[in-house]
Amino acid sequence: MSTDTHQRTGGPGHSPNTEILRLTDVGKSYGNVHALRGVSLSVKQGEITCVLGDNGAGKSTLIKVVAGLHQHTEGTVEVNGEAVRFTSPRESLERGIATVYQDLALVPLMSIWRNFFLGSELRTGFGPFKHLDVKRMMEITDEELTKMGISVPDLERPVGALSGGQRQCIAIARAIYFGAKVLILDEPTAALGVKQSGVVLKYVAKARDAGLGVIFITHNPHHAYLVGNHFVILNRGHVSLDKPRQEITLDELTNEMAGGAELEALSHELSVPGETPENAAGLTTARTTGR
Amino acid sequence: MSTSVSPAGTAPAVRDRDDRVRTRSFTSRLLSRPEIGSLIGALAVFVLFAAVAPTFRQASSLATVAYAGSTIGIMAVAVALLMIGGEFDLSAGVVVTTTALTAATFAYQLRLNLWVGVVVSLLVALAVGAFNGWLLMRTGLPSFLITLGTFFMLQGINLGVTKLLTGGVSSSAVSDMDGWDSARAVFASTISIGGVGVRITVFWWILFVAVATWTLLRTRVGNWIFAVGGDSASARAVGVPVKRTKIGLFMTVGFCGWFVGMHQLFSFDSIQSGGGVGQEFIYIIAAVVGGCLLTGGYGSAVGSAIGALIFGMTSLGIVYAGWDANWFKLFLGVMLLLATIVNLVVKNHAAKR
Repeated sequence: MSTDTHQRTGGPGHSPNTEILRLTDVGKSYGNVHALRGVSLSVKQGEITCVLGDNGAGKSTLIKVVAGLHQHTEGTVEVNGEAVRFTSPRESLERGIATVYQDLALVPLMSIWRNFFLGSELRTGFGPFKHLDVKRMMEITDEELTKMGISVPDLERPVGALSGGQRQCIAIARAIYFGAKVLILDEPTAALGVKQSGVVLKYVAKARDAGLGVIFITHNPHHAYLVGNHFVILNRGHVSLDKPRQEITLDELTNEMAGGAELEALSHELSVPGETPENAAGLTTARTTGR
Repeated sequence: MSTSVSPAGTAPAVRDRDDRVRTRSFTSRLLSRPEIGSLIGALAVFVLFAAVAPTFRQASSLATVAYAGSTIGIMAVAVALLMIGGEFDLSAGVVVTTTALTAATFAYQLRLNLWVGVVVSLLVALAVGAFNGWLLMRTGLPSFLITLGTFFMLQGINLGVTKLLTGGVSSSAVSDMDGWDSARAVFASTISIGGVGVRITVFWWILFVAVATWTLLRTRVGNWIFAVGGDSASARAVGVPVKRTKIGLFMTVGFCGWFVGMHQLFSFDSIQSGGGVGQEFIYIIAAVVGGCLLTGGYGSAVGSAIGALIFGMTSLGIVYAGWDANWFKLFLGVMLLLATIVNLVVKNHAAKR
């Protein structure tokens, strides 16, 4: 694989805002269960589309369809205007869609450089003596990680010995290096502390600046609002909100995300008689003032 | 040692390296190799028997030890690869007998050159491996159960078919048939080195271990083997062909089983149809002693060879030392526990530095 040529094909100046990925009325059912219904989504180059939603809202199913782990049962998925139906993650990767999963990003017992090139190993030699080009792979890994500002003791170290944030960053660096056009991040900040989340968000922004289209899946509206250009909220398999950044504030996003009306009802239910339900009051005012 | 606390919080300036990480020393890297525990064990066993049994120190005895190690080691290296790939094969012991019986019976019944039988049995061995792997990937059941099934099936076939064709419990003698001499030269001859006869399996064993080590550490397939054993879902997500890799590993076990089967056939002339039962555990133990994790994703081919060598040394050392051979199994169990504990301690210790 000639990795040097096809990394970063779309730089910051390369026709921004071109639509790369488009989902139209996509649905997915597992037997009787409709995990996704009529979801439409558009991902543009150099933009971050945030997909938010509660547990069971259909976020994971959505990524799995785009990543090629599952196939959609309704609607169309288009990459660069061409309708596709992925049957394996490999097909999705070949179309330039790279997915960084929250839990299945890297193999913990394998070394850093082996993980970096897993599935796309560089080789030299020919015939039966074709073997891994260890030296070059280590050089490239070192270079890419340094570029990202990740410091590791040595590249032979198993990935399992690194922190969660470092692991996410390595997975993101890998996806960018291998010429991804669309980067799907599945809750990259979910298990991380404040500082580490910040580091990961910086890389997300870097990926955007490199001209990638990013789908950022999270249930933290604060993280989403820091980097997002476009927000989509999923609720029970439906799209319940779909707005560009200009049309929404963080408060509105937080409130919508928290379930809005549902939360209000809940706060009444939980409130102790004679006391003002503070949380809900705060949220409601935020909501009304925001509108 | 990591007793000195790094000066945390001093001058949070921008720097290239994280102040909390330090480069690892050469010794801690060496100690984190999977085969280190077994190497220490092998040295201990060697010193013990060299001290108590003078015959053990003779060159001819060492050649016999190497031979005993090789018949286990050729299988153990394949089993180790499979374990690194995250799977078990309980049919590894009986498949040896199946291939030997197939080669002998096929050639004998049809009056063919023995080499035809050898080729047919290779195909059978690969087919058994492919079946194990295919069924595993198809059903997603644990390989423990699937290969337990094939273990019993093969055992039944071995006994049943042999009884049907020969009326007895062993295959017909084939030493007077065409191809015996050439096949014996390949699979079961003895090569003299400086007056000491060394069985040819020892050289094959060294070759197989070398090829396996090179494959594991320096090829793409090796990378995939570690990946499917370490985390097959992650591996699949980055585009590793998990199915092909695992089926290939089971077929490798089939191939090595065939090789050992051929060795047995051409050194003993006729084969007992009930043989091979229980051997699968010996192979697994050799791989585990050699540093393979039962959960997959970690281990080495060289380790399995050291594990097999420990077996060879122990089984013969007890005899040379004049002890009751019945104690062998006890020794085996102790060895297994010690080696795994040493592996665990050494690995944890090295990972912390």
